[in-house]
Amino acid sequence: MSSHDFILGSYAPAPESTDHFSLKKSYDLFIGGKWIKAATQFETINPATDEVIATVGLAGKREVNLAVKAARKAYDSVWSKMPAAERGKYLFRIARLLQERAREFAVVESMDGGKPIRESRDIDIPLAAAHFFYHAGWADKLAYAFPGARPTPVGVVGQVIPWNFPLLMAAWKIAPALACGNTVVLKPAETTPLTALKLAELFEDAGLPAGVVNIVTGAGETGQTLVEHPDVDKVAFTGSTAVGKAIRRSLAGTGKRFTLELGGKAANIVFEDAAINEAVEGIVNGIFFNQGHVCCAGSRLFVQESVADKVIRKLQKRMETLIVGDPLDKNTDIGAINSPEQLARIKALVNAGEQEGACLWQPEGTLPCKGNWFKPTLFTGCAQSHRIVQEEIFGPVLAIQTFRTPQEAITKANNTPYGLSGGVWTDKGSKIFKMTTSLNAGVVWANTFNKFDPASPFGGYKESGMGREGGLQGLSAYCNLEL
Amino acid sequence: MKIPKTYKLFIGGKFPRTESGRILEIRDAQGQLIANTARASRKDFRESVVAARKAAGGWADATAYLKGQIFYRIAEVLQGRRAQFVEELSGQGVEDAGADVDAAIDLLVHYAGWSDKFQALFSSVNPVASSHFNFSAPSPTGVVGVIAPSAPGLAGLVSALAPVIVGGNSCVALSTLSAISFAEVLATSDVPAGVVNLLTGDRAELIPEFAKHMDVNALLLCSDDSADQRLAELEAAENLKRVSVQADGVLVPSPYHILDFQEVKTTWHPVGV
Repeated sequence: MSSHDFILGSYAPAPESTDHFSLKKSYDLFIGGKWIKAATQFETINPATDEVIATVGLAGKREVNLAVKAARKAYDSVWSKMPAAERGKYLFRIARLLQERAREFAVVESMDGGKPIRESRDIDIPLAAAHFFYHAGWADKLAYAFPGARPTPVGVVGQVIPWNFPLLMAAWKIAPALACGNTVVLKPAETTPLTALKLAELFEDAGLPAGVVNIVTGAGETGQTLVEHPDVDKVAFTGSTAVGKAIRRSLAGTGKRFTLELGGKAANIVFEDAAINEAVEGIVNGIFFNQGHVCCAGSRLFVQESVADKVIRKLQKRMETLIVGDPLDKNTDIGAINSPEQLARIKALVNAGEQEGACLWQPEGTLPCKGNWFKPTLFTGCAQSHRIVQEEIFGPVLAIQTFRTPQEAITKANNTPYGLSGGVWTDKGSKIFKMTTSLNAGVVWANTFNKFDPASPFGGYKESGMGREGGLQGLSAYCNLEL
Repeated sequence: MKIPKTYKLFIGGKFPRTESGRILEIRDAQGQLIANTARASRKDFRESVVAARKAAGGWADATAYLKGQIFYRIAEVLQGRRAQFVEELSGQGVEDAGADVDAAIDLLVHYAGWSDKFQALFSSVNPVASSHFNFSAPSPTGVVGVIAPSAPGLAGLVSALAPVIVGGNSCVALSTLSAISFAEVLATSDVPAGVVNLLTGDRAELIPEFAKHMDVNALLLCSDDSADQRLAELEAAENLKRVSVQADGVLVPSPYHILDFQEVKTTWHPVGV
């Protein structure tokens, strides 16, 4: 595949090389510090080429059971007894090893998931390392994090993560859990298991005691088995709101702790007094980052009526320069859609948008033949009731609405069951605070969008989830408090 | 001749009868009628949620200083009517009703002081590795359903209500007889109408309604019954209500009970010229 099927002739191909590391043909499950062969295997496929990258083990009840047992044993015998500072040292060591092998992890992440190498190289992998480094330092300081209360570990934690930020989500989940003294069974997403398995190899290199982290690959059934396992003390899930609700139901009455990071439909609000060029960059980053496979994506754009035409014109001009193509090419802006299933979901919602009367616009250009692709897309003429305004698309599709007053923007922005994130663009400080305090969302970006940091808590209001991850406030997800 | 009180409901700052026309008899140990309390229906509850939602924004926006003063005012008014509550609770068989009312007053004073302090305690300025100013602070969850302790008494009710309300939420609470007298205290303490709505009724009938209502953001369930807990958590899943389950008694005061009904919001802004 040439790397610029979409915009021909603009740039010479600049593919990242893949010859500096080797992937195994097949990966087993990482349980109790050993690689355990599962009864069945499944394939993980490069969504940009449709080629099989490797086969991985499909963990069933037996394997999940083994993993939980291993985690319990490690919790009882090693991890809960270890001085907290020593726990921290393991996490520091993991952070360093990940930094050293960052290039390799970035390439594998882009191959397995389809995201542009520029994003995996500059965001996913460095942030994952930063999460380990940040939480390492908390391990022996937890007593300071909860005024008037004494934190203790929760125990064995079952974690289920999505395919949009495979390694980063693994780090978000594992690092705080270990820092707070818990042991982990992690289930990566079915379509993106590789970097979590490579992370397990790195745990071996770090000498992390056996069973402290166990990785069981599989699909939804494996995740459900893990979530419902009676010896799991806490469940942490990132994924869709529908599955989040099902997990919450399955945990009802069990007394298990849980945190949920679920869907979103963020409003990105642009006022007439905003720096328009910067806002346009923010809109692009808000919705097209990671092909729009982002729970906090700025998928609803609200533009003040007086500047709507100007903003949309500039946005379209900018979208015409976006390069869709080979995820491993360093010039690529939008990579491959993660799976055929996700591509079908995006197409279905985009069709619904057209049928319900919204006006679709896409830049010119052809997409590669092989693999899963979708053009950056925007809709104008959207009504609040349209499915593309109400439902999470999880793709590079932006729904644009206009507003006249700040109050109208707030009312429309908050008119959703979701509440994960939001954005505000204006040069007026008091207006920023009026808007950021009025938006019912867990993360609000003002004059910026889609920024993440391990020191910054992340998580949603309402049906976007429960609990926070990252930062001081994220620690309580992995501690029991004695008041 | 004594003139007994008609115990009604407290919804949106008014004292309506239950629309259902149903009652629950409250009798003393000798079988003597104390009162016919209203047995609130699902419709009464739903109307309470409408009142609570209407009041939520204004109460959330009220300054912490004002909330603290209103809390202290509730304590003052309750102190002034202490004798009435001691008599009423003693009549319902509450042992040492004086201590119970005093505990309720102390809880109100305690939480009055938290109104402008818990935010600082649970907030942070986050040192992100980019050129941004980034901070996190709690904000109220919204409308909270409260299944207050089941035994007659004021301290249990106040221990459940206070952390919810001081955090800027509005609420609908299911409680016992004296809650309606406590409503008279709230109504004369500058608590805005609809911030606290109080119902009496059948727990088994109303717990599922509290748990399943789509415009209720969180639920505080004071119950020792694991079946209650399971049912409430199942129903609460539909809109992902936050559920805090506490023992069926007086909650020990703690800022962490306030935090149970807060959402942490993180705000980013670039730093530059």
